[in-house]
Amino acid sequence: MSVQAPARARGRAPDRTGPTRIKGNGLAFWLFFTPFLVGLVVFTIVPLIWGATLSLFEAKGTVLPTDFVGLANFRHFLVDTAFLKSLRTFTVFALFIVPVTMVCSLGLAVLVNGLPRFQSFYRSVFFLPTACSYVVACVVWRLSLFNGLESGIVNQILGAFGLDAISQWLSASPYWWIVLVSVRLWLQVGFYMLLFLAGLQAIPSQLYEAAAVDGLSPGGFRMFRLITLPQLRTTFAAVLLLLLIAAFQAFDEFYNLTGNNPETRPPLVYLYNIALGSQQDFGTGSAGALVLTAIMVVAGLLQTGLLGFGSNDEGRRRFALRLRRGGRSSR
Amino acid sequence: MTAQMHIVGSGRRSTGLVLRYVVASVLALVFLIPFYAMVKTALSTNEEIYTSEFTLWPAHPQWQRIPELFADPLFLAALRNSAIMAAVSTSLSILIAALAGYALARIPHRAAKPMFMLVIIVLLVPATTAFVPNFIIVASLGWIGTLRGLIIPGLFSAFNVFLFRQFYLGFPREVEEAAYIDGAGFFRTFFTVVFPNTLPFASALTVLGLIGSWNAFLWPLVVAGNGQGAMTVQIYLSSFLTAQTFDYGGLFMAATISLLPVLLVFFILQRFLVAGIAATGLKG
Repeated sequence: MSVQAPARARGRAPDRTGPTRIKGNGLAFWLFFTPFLVGLVVFTIVPLIWGATLSLFEAKGTVLPTDFVGLANFRHFLVDTAFLKSLRTFTVFALFIVPVTMVCSLGLAVLVNGLPRFQSFYRSVFFLPTACSYVVACVVWRLSLFNGLESGIVNQILGAFGLDAISQWLSASPYWWIVLVSVRLWLQVGFYMLLFLAGLQAIPSQLYEAAAVDGLSPGGFRMFRLITLPQLRTTFAAVLLLLLIAAFQAFDEFYNLTGNNPETRPPLVYLYNIALGSQQDFGTGSAGALVLTAIMVVAGLLQTGLLGFGSNDEGRRRFALRLRRGGRSSR
Repeated sequence: MTAQMHIVGSGRRSTGLVLRYVVASVLALVFLIPFYAMVKTALSTNEEIYTSEFTLWPAHPQWQRIPELFADPLFLAALRNSAIMAAVSTSLSILIAALAGYALARIPHRAAKPMFMLVIIVLLVPATTAFVPNFIIVASLGWIGTLRGLIIPGLFSAFNVFLFRQFYLGFPREVEEAAYIDGAGFFRTFFTVVFPNTLPFASALTVLGLIGSWNAFLWPLVVAGNGQGAMTVQIYLSSFLTAQTFDYGGLFMAATISLLPVLLVFFILQRFLVAGIAATGLKG
């Protein structure tokens, strides 16, 4: 396939932002774009339409619509106490995991950033669990650390502090949250530490010098509160949203640690059990997927607006600008 | 170093510094406990695992578990499927996204703008909740329990297309112009000049892709079906974990083995990963 493009006319003012002004062969664009477009249509757009259609039908044990039921699947889903309970589970989980991860990742970042030597060694160790899968971590958490035996490592540590061993880590209410939160914390805190480290290292050192001249003790808490924290606010916003979205999509550790227990069943595990559990109810499952997708799209729009696709420094800088501008005009 | 290092009375500073290293080292040990527990259990006899006696290291390390596992056809199939999935899905998804991103950024066409809008809209649709509609499609295609079903639906990432478009917008134009003047077409220019220069940028995505697909759980669980066709190593581990196996030692050894390739990739390519995350704030 040879797609010839004539050499660019000389002397034209270079346009650094728009597409190259080479006269394009219309075919070339489609040759480059079609692989993605076909996949997008077959594996995103068609499924969405098919799912939206199924959500209006009864479809149990089949992926083809059987009886038209209107919005009954949605009504069933939205007033379903089990679903509302799964949203409550998410809320409880988020109330634990978001602040804990935030504080720990910021603490680790400040700690690592303040080490003059071996910084990359400590950073690597704290980041290492990110490479581990949820399943492997769940094997260790469920059958070793929190196995409920007296020889279990966490029970050993409790014993060292003179506390009684706990045997029902995954079968009783306050305990399972400790297991569920600690496994996710261990797996993801290093990732958020990196985001905070990048944020910390982007703070201009002149700010600290100026504050020191103004009499703040270097490295002190007031310096941290008055300079470091405000300078990190865009990182805070990014981390907060990423943590919330990740917590809403929590599946792996719940599936592998507490299974289908209605008391600890976040939305995705609930959805999985409706659509792919023993019922194979694809009508209700599709309705549920749409409801959850809608919630996520709202969160995504929020993220887009705040972070510029949460993807680059440019977006964050724009976000910071907007915050500053908004802050000024609203006060 | 950074702004946090300051001129304080040297005595106070060095105690503070020692304290910092002590705290950092203790935390580092705490972070490594799960790895230690995993390897220790993998090498313990099942009797040692069940006792209430705590031991620091197994008296008789059970190394024979490694050859036992590699004699298990199901485990081998799971390792093979995971490796194929990681390699194929990472490389193909990056290539597809690079091509599409290049088209949007550099090939003038009427359709470029509407197609970019499409990418932006799709960006907002979360991939995780898509497992129900995707299951429907894959089931209709008869791909349940196959590698095709495991890999192909995940190859088309609007987010990566977006990233590549941004990257190519800032790509130095002179390089391509030289190729065009030499008479190369879009395809030759892309594959001989542009794409090779993309690889440093793509390396962070590659590491994230390799680790992410090796560790993926929800979609492989949905597609796995019965049998070995699409059984990945995570599903293998999970099926033993949730079925309350009694061979804990074997399960832990399988978990340890499953972790080794990821750790290898992680250590070799960590600097790309760290740089990539710091620059883009993205994961998986």
